[in-house]
Amino acid sequence: MFEIRLHGRGGQGVVTAAEMLSVAAFDEGKHAQAFPSFGSERMGAPVASYCRISDREIRLREPIMDPDALIIQDPTLLHSVDVFAGLKPDGYLLINSTRGLDDLGLAGLAARLPAHHAICVDASGIAQRHIGRPLPNAALLGAFAGLARVITLASVLKAIRARFAGKVGEANAAAAQDAFDILTTT
Amino acid sequence: MLKQIEGSQGIAEAVALCRPQVVCAYPITPQTHIVEGVGVMVKTGALTNCEFINVESEFAAMSVAIGASAAGARAYTATASQGLLFMAEAVYNAAGLGLPIVMTVGNRAIGAPINIWNDHSDSMALKDAGWIQLYAETNQEAADLHILAFRIAEELSCPVMVCVDGFILTHAFERIDVPTQEQVDMFLPPFDPVQMLDVDNPYSIGAMVGPEAFTEVRYLGHQKQVDALEVIPRLTAEFQQVFGRAAGGLVRPYRVEGAETVIVALGSVNGTIKDVVDAERDAGNSIGCVTIGAFRPFPLMELGDLLAGAKRVICVEKSLAPGLGGMVASNVRMAMRGTATPVYTVIAGLGGRPITRASLTTVFRAAAIGGLDDVTFLDLNRDAIAGQIARASRHRHSGPIAENLLKALNPGLVRRVSQEGAKP
Amino acid sequence: MTDDALQRVKFYQTGTQTVGNRLMDADSRTVQASTDRSNAITSGHRACQGCGEALGARYALDAAMRAAGGQLVAVNATGCLEVFTTPYPETSWQIPWLHSVFGNAPAVATGVAAGMRMRGKTDVRVVAQGGDGGTTDIGFGCLSGMFERNDDVLYICYDNEAYMNTGVQRSSATPPAARTATTPAVGDAPGNVFGTGKNMPRIAMAHNIPYVATASVADLHDLEAKVTRAMGIGGARYIHVFVPCPLGWGSASHDTIRIARLAVECGLFPLFEAVHGEVVAVTKIRRQVPVEDYLRPQKRFAHLFREGHEDRMRVEAIQLMADANIRRYGLVDAEDAK
Repeated sequence: MFEIRLHGRGGQGVVTAAEMLSVAAFDEGKHAQAFPSFGSERMGAPVASYCRISDREIRLREPIMDPDALIIQDPTLLHSVDVFAGLKPDGYLLINSTRGLDDLGLAGLAARLPAHHAICVDASGIAQRHIGRPLPNAALLGAFAGLARVITLASVLKAIRARFAGKVGEANAAAAQDAFDILTTT
Repeated sequence: MLKQIEGSQGIAEAVALCRPQVVCAYPITPQTHIVEGVGVMVKTGALTNCEFINVESEFAAMSVAIGASAAGARAYTATASQGLLFMAEAVYNAAGLGLPIVMTVGNRAIGAPINIWNDHSDSMALKDAGWIQLYAETNQEAADLHILAFRIAEELSCPVMVCVDGFILTHAFERIDVPTQEQVDMFLPPFDPVQMLDVDNPYSIGAMVGPEAFTEVRYLGHQKQVDALEVIPRLTAEFQQVFGRAAGGLVRPYRVEGAETVIVALGSVNGTIKDVVDAERDAGNSIGCVTIGAFRPFPLMELGDLLAGAKRVICVEKSLAPGLGGMVASNVRMAMRGTATPVYTVIAGLGGRPITRASLTTVFRAAAIGGLDDVTFLDLNRDAIAGQIARASRHRHSGPIAENLLKALNPGLVRRVSQEGAKP
Repeated sequence: MTDDALQRVKFYQTGTQTVGNRLMDADSRTVQASTDRSNAITSGHRACQGCGEALGARYALDAAMRAAGGQLVAVNATGCLEVFTTPYPETSWQIPWLHSVFGNAPAVATGVAAGMRMRGKTDVRVVAQGGDGGTTDIGFGCLSGMFERNDDVLYICYDNEAYMNTGVQRSSATPPAARTATTPAVGDAPGNVFGTGKNMPRIAMAHNIPYVATASVADLHDLEAKVTRAMGIGGARYIHVFVPCPLGWGSASHDTIRIARLAVECGLFPLFEAVHGEVVAVTKIRRQVPVEDYLRPQKRFAHLFREGHEDRMRVEAIQLMADANIRRYGLVDAEDAK
């Protein structure tokens, strides 16, 4: 079972990202379970969401405490929420930031992970270019497909287009593709 | 058709396939997505011959359902928590009138303190309202139970509550095999009410009954539940034939053969418990579990048979009967009367507190060596409680308990402005 | 119940205005004057002698039955009407009738109307009814919701100005100074306080529903006409009927009609109709009387008229309320004003 925890702020599509991730995994014939860190949070409040992916039926209902991957949608959370809690030693770390890991003070953490498991992507910037709004979730999913290779970019793009119809779907898919390309060619 | 969708959407689609004729909606977290889903289907025309009525309260929601059902229409609504209590009078009334309404309860805690997260306090508060209560373990089952619920309700002329863990199931995206209309139509015939408001055959429904017959009316209500102990397994078997998968049923055992410790629970937590059972079995510990699918009627015989060989039974309960402990354990003890098997209560998941494998494993192992109290609160923060008890004993005007506890748990969030010293 | 079991109307049941009606042309006669009327609430029920509610309900329901061509369902709130017409196995209701609980009759009626529509019974109409407690207090939320949604329900409130079923306690329709079990006639300000209470017809009008009317058992012909008009309209409709209660008001059983008439003639209970929130018709007062004429025959106001201790101030305050109604609705033509 592969477990992903996503951190972000209300309004950034954190819950939607986990749901699209589960749809992408489902499309590949896997079992998947996505759920939010339920709350009455309004726009801007820290929120988390979870996604489990497995080849077998997923029965477990506890929150993801030891994730295989962390997706941080908002770097301002790094200093207010314990976003790294439980990250597995061979886990993946994906952060939406224009800055580098060293600049964010995460060099030590990244060094404890296998090589190329921790990375920063300017998902907000990519989103701004493609969607016209700094909504980073689709771009991060594209990057995640390239980073962890748990799901393919094709199923991520399909899940994005299933969730958002028409132009919005295409723009989000383009953002995901762009982020994937940036990650896999650098 | 297999879909990866939110639990609420799966329930909404299953309800729509049951061809409800009147659906009443009043928003309350976490059930709101369900009625929203049905509402969209009515508005787009995907669900025809159905009126979707936005009412002004849960009390009105159940009341509209009562009127619609008495008029001979298939009626559905959904609620949770405070909403279920707000409609309580009408909930009892629907059962007393014998109206086969189906209602989803997106299980959520009851305030105060206000809390929107999952536990079973709401449906447990109305366990004796005369409704059949079914509890869903997965979202597949949550969807399927609604199809079963309409069939059971209409066969017995008794309302059915389908209890679905709020957020944990209602807001979770999982794979759900949504049946076809043909399958549902094959399983669920059109509603043929035993009583109905009919201008060609007028009678009075809901008049007063005195002491001379009230006991008999209530007895027959009880008898319906007793009959349901036969009806539910029969329809569950028929469901499996039509849809090709199991859903519902009174009780579902898991690895109980020869198990010394047997866990009993309702709803989605059984998934986590099964993972623990597998791990513990792998570790050589003798343990199994039983899912209670129907809490009303309570399957006394079936449960008693399954638990007969156990050395100890642990009920993991998401509700609390203050002053007693666990309601599930009380009922389970009734099923085990005549035996000396200890039945423990583990109160867990109140107000949405995560129930983890680690914590469950700890209490299950403690029970196996006789180290468990009759009533145990999982992951209870004893320091915070001791602090509040000490504070309350020091100050008569010690203030709201909930605020004090949270200040104690989050000292960093509280400005140190002489808070304790300033208050007498 | 089969049709054979339905109790037909006997001549003595054809209403108090029978003789007068015979002098009128057939179209102008009351519904009650006909032996062909539906007899929705048949005789033999347990209402007190002189019960205004029993009288009002019978006229209202028979008129509604005629207007609906017999396709009518009645929903009842808990209250006197529910209790005195029904204890199983007996029932006075010869039409389909449903009682759920005290505060939900408007919502239950909404459900019945929707259920009938969904079953293709589009010709079946629904009347919901309750006393003032069931309407202005405990059922207020459901009633407002039904109005706001403009559901196809005629709601009739039989207003006897207190909770009579439970033993005469104050409701939000109890008038100032009236003695009830919970507003006893003791102390400095005996009876119910001034400055409280709800004006339910005005509240109904504020929902902008298609039809609101007030009616009284003092003018049963008018009551029938208003019910008939209401039944000719779709959507949410409200009729507020003034029904004296001899038991709760301490009035003589034979004075029910007289007291109801005095309430109209003094101006305390104006008769009017409103369409979409605007008053469109009022019944003028033919012979204006002081409120004292209305108050005196009722023991619930006896403390206002104690020998040697008459409470002129409070009587005058009630007179001011009547005068305000007369001005507001133009109940008295200028040249007739006292």
